[in-house]
Formats: sequence, structure tokens, C-alpha cells
Amino acid sequence: MSMFPHTFLFGKIKPKRARKSLIGDSVFKNLTAIFALSVLVLALAIFYELYSRSQLSINEFGLDFLTGVEWDPVDQIFGALPFIYGTVTSSIIALIIAVPISLGIATYLSELAPKRLRSPLSFMVELLAAVPSVVYGLWGLFVMVPWIRDVLQPFLESTLGFLPFFQGPKFGIGMLSGGVILAIMIIPTISAVSREVMLAVPDTQREAAFALGATRWETIKTAVLRYAATGIFGAIMLGLGRALGETMAVIMVIGNRPQISLSFFEPAYTMSGVIASEYIEATQDLYLSSLIEIGLLLFIVTLMMNIIARLLVWRTMRKFRGAKE
Amino acid sequence: MMIKRITVRRIVDKLVASLALLSVIIAIIPLAGVIIFVTSKGLPAINLEIFTSLPRPPDEIGGGIGNAIQGTLILIGLASMVGLPIGVLSGIYLAEYGNNRFGSLVRFIADTLSGVPSIIMGLFAYVVVVLATRSFSAISGGIALGIMMIPVITRTTEESIKLVPNTIREASMALGVRRWKTIVLIVVSAARSGIITGIMLSIARIAGETAPLLFTAFGSDLWATGLNQPISALPLVIYRYAISPYASWQAQAWGAAFILVSMVLILNIGVRLIARGKYRR
Repeated sequence: MSMFPHTFLFGKIKPKRARKSLIGDSVFKNLTAIFALSVLVLALAIFYELYSRSQLSINEFGLDFLTGVEWDPVDQIFGALPFIYGTVTSSIIALIIAVPISLGIATYLSELAPKRLRSPLSFMVELLAAVPSVVYGLWGLFVMVPWIRDVLQPFLESTLGFLPFFQGPKFGIGMLSGGVILAIMIIPTISAVSREVMLAVPDTQREAAFALGATRWETIKTAVLRYAATGIFGAIMLGLGRALGETMAVIMVIGNRPQISLSFFEPAYTMSGVIASEYIEATQDLYLSSLIEIGLLLFIVTLMMNIIARLLVWRTMRKFRGAKE
Repeated sequence: MMIKRITVRRIVDKLVASLALLSVIIAIIPLAGVIIFVTSKGLPAINLEIFTSLPRPPDEIGGGIGNAIQGTLILIGLASMVGLPIGVLSGIYLAEYGNNRFGSLVRFIADTLSGVPSIIMGLFAYVVVVLATRSFSAISGGIALGIMMIPVITRTTEESIKLVPNTIREASMALGVRRWKTIVLIVVSAARSGIITGIMLSIARIAGETAPLLFTAFGSDLWATGLNQPISALPLVIYRYAISPYASWQAQAWGAAFILVSMVLILNIGVRLIARGKYRR
């Protein structure tokens, strides 16, 4: 301000008004900063509350909580391994189905589709993410599960039945159904983020490959996919994070039985599933504390997944921006 | 030899292109399946009664889910009271003052929070509100959903404010308007449609959330009487009726799903149409 002598002059004539407005500026800045800070406080508060409420269970079982296979509210013995197994296995099944399909979608939408189709098709895939998970559960229970029981399971048993995964009773409801419904729900996440990363690959990469005589697929493989690999890996981690925490759709089709079975046809139980369906029976403190500890585990794992995934995607995007300039 | 290799490469190329197209079709099948079944099974259950009356026992004919629709609207309102101020103001901070370490941290945490499972938000609201007040309540449900709105609104507000050209800020400040007034009166108003888009998308997202409501709003068979009482919601009704063994309740679950999916899709498509004119990519 000292650069403009006249502001001193006028400043002295109306000092009060000027100070007031300056106060307005700093008040507003600090007000918005407080709200921004509240986002951080919220994240810490979630961690702190879950952590302190699971103390009882952490002290009682320690690390055995993670490896215990018994879940017995009557005898007050709680081991979370069946739920961890259910969550991890159903998520892996989902990834096995969803990753190739999502990469196909991302490739088609970013590299191959006619320009006019790209935007409406991307929107339709994004709409998949907008359908509420309880509606997927409803559809899964009444439409998908019968199809899995009558078509998919007999097919898998007759072709891959020599593997222990595809043997056992064919209820429809079970680990396989849980994995399939999860796959449907994470396809939009993985394909949308992969597509974004692939679109960010500089065109010079593609042009160089084409100029060397590569076909479209060779260009995609060598110039786009390899270049975007880190970001695509991040997209897959984001999808995995979503699969690990998904609750309602899975709870309705997976059978909710706490057991560890190699067969994908058998019912299973997930971490979020046990929280959602047993909180109401959890009247004893230790029972409730154990359920909250499962929630804490889920929170920590999904948070880690998201942090790693965002860093990977962010790093890839920054690399491209550097390359473009 | 050379010619043959070229042919093989072309065939591989075509094959990959058709596999990629096939993936898109495979992904659209469940979307189409959900919409077809929700419409064909849900539409027959839709009549005036389902909107206006209370649930009945499964062996009685009729009844409706009016209280669930009312509950969902109340919960959206409560959630907005939590999510809107925090989300919009944090977004303003990030866009206008957030070019520093603190800003990057908030941005990063907001992004990671949006990936935290919704059931965790419910558990948090359960521990903080329900256990403290010793009662399931509409308020605890609204808080759980409101927390879920924050990251979405924060980031979309930030993005849309950043789209406002700097010349507008400069013009306003050149006229002697203070920075905070410039932001509140000029910048936010110019970014209005983007901010509203973010709010509508976050509402579409929470309207269908079930898991965080199970142990907060809990559900109820009556009309809402107070914000400190348990309250019904469409997703809760869909869940309870779907896993019930009664055909009449299952039919109503499809009806409720039809109402919910229509709400969510209309919000999404509406936002898309509004945004299209503004920021065509």
C-alpha cells in the first residue's frame, strides 16, 4: 500500500471504514478455514471414537481377534477371521471379474469409440454407480441369485468342478453371488478412473507409436496402457476399497454364515455385513466393542487403500502434465 | 511372410477392439437389468395408496410406504443442514485460500473420506449420537448422511469456484469491493450452478444409502413424530421388505425401489442436462 501515497491521505480521512473491511476479510478467511479444518477434525474424530470404543475388545483378545475363527456371542468369544476371509475373498472374486471388463471399457471409451458415442456411453457406465446398493441387493436376490443357481453354478461345476472353489451345494446364495454383485458395483469406479488416466496420456505418445507402424491395439498396449499403468493400478485399488466396504448388496446375497470354506458356492459373511446385521443383538459391552473393532479395521484398511490409490493416480496425472508442457 | 504378419496383427487388432466393445455391453446389461426389473416389478405396486398410507401387516391387503418417503425427505433435509455449510465453506476455502500445505491436506483427506465405507459413518453417528442420547433418532441418521455429503460438496464447490475467471474477481476488486464480499457476492454467485450440481449429486448419493441408517434412523412403522424419534426411510423399507418372506411386502419393496431409483436417476440425469449447456467438454 505504501506504493500509493494517496491511500495514506484518504486512509486518514476514513480510517474506521477501512479497518472494518479488512477485519471482514480476515474474519471470512478464518471462518472458511475453520470449516476446512473441521473436515480434518472429522476424520480424526471417526478414528478416535472407533478406537476408544473398541478398547474393550482389543484388550480382551489382542491380536487373536484377527486370527480367531470362533464367533460366539453366548460364550463371549469373538474372532473376526471368518469375516475378514469373507470380505477379502468376495472382493478378490469381484476384482477378477471387474478388472478386465473395466479395462476394456476404459480402452473403448478413451481410445476406440466413435467421438459421438463416448460421452453418452461414459454417462451410462457412471449411472451404474448411481443405483443405490440396496436396489442392487434387491435385484441380486430375486433376479441374479436364481440365475447363478440355475445357470452359472452348474456351468462352473461342469467345466471347472475339479477345483475346490467350484464344488458344493448350489444354493445360488453364497460367496460367488457376493463377488458378482460387488463386481457390478465396482466396474464404474475402476473404469471411470482408468479412463481418466488414459485420456491424460499425451497424444504425442500415440502419434509416435502410429508413426512407427503400430496398429491401434499395439499403440494402446505400448504407448497408452504401459504409460498409464501406475494410474490404472490406483484405479483398481480404489475399486478394491469400495468392494471391501460395500455392505447392503452383499449382505442380501452372500448368505451371512460365519465360516471359512474354500467353495465359492458356500455362504459366507463379510465384515460390514456382520456389523450391519448383528449390532441390534449386541447388548453386552464386549459384543458391541468387537463389532466396533471390526468397523475400525475396515476404516483403517479402506483409508489406506484410498490413500495409496490417490497417490498413485495423482502421481501419474502429474507425470503427464509434466510431459505435456 | 511380411504380409501374413500384417494380417495377424490386423486380426488381433479387430479382436481386441471387439472385446473392448463387449466389455461395455457386459457392463450395461446389469444397468439395463436393474432398470427393467425395477420398472416391471415396481410399477404395478405404484398407486395413490403407496404414497399416502402407513405400512400394514403382511397378511392385510394394501398399505403403503408414505412414512418412508416422508422420512427420506426429512433425512435429506437434516443431512443438508450438516453437509451444506461445512461442504460449501470448506470448498470456498480450498478454492480461494487453499494454495498451501493445509489446503492440500484438507483436499486429500476429503478425497479419502469419500472412499470410506458408508457403514463406518453410520457406526460413528451411532457411537457419538445414539449411544449418548440412548435413542435411535432422525437426527443421528441425518448426521451420518450429512457427513457423507461433505467430501462431495467440498470438492465440487472448489472445482466450480476455480472455473470462475479471474477477470471477474479483478473487476469486482477494482471497484473497491473487499475480497470477502467479492467472494460471497460475485464469485460464489458466478459458480452457483456448479455448486448446485454438486449438492444435487450428493443428495442423489445419500438418498439411497441404507447401511448408515440401520443403526441411526433405525426405521419405524409410523409417521414421523419428532426428530429425536426413530424414523423410516425408503432404503430401509426396501431392505426389510426384500428379506421378508411375505410376497405382499416383497411387492412393496419393488415399488419402493422404483420410487427411489426414479428419484436418483432423475437427479443424475437432470444435473447432466443442466451441466451440459454450461461446461461442454
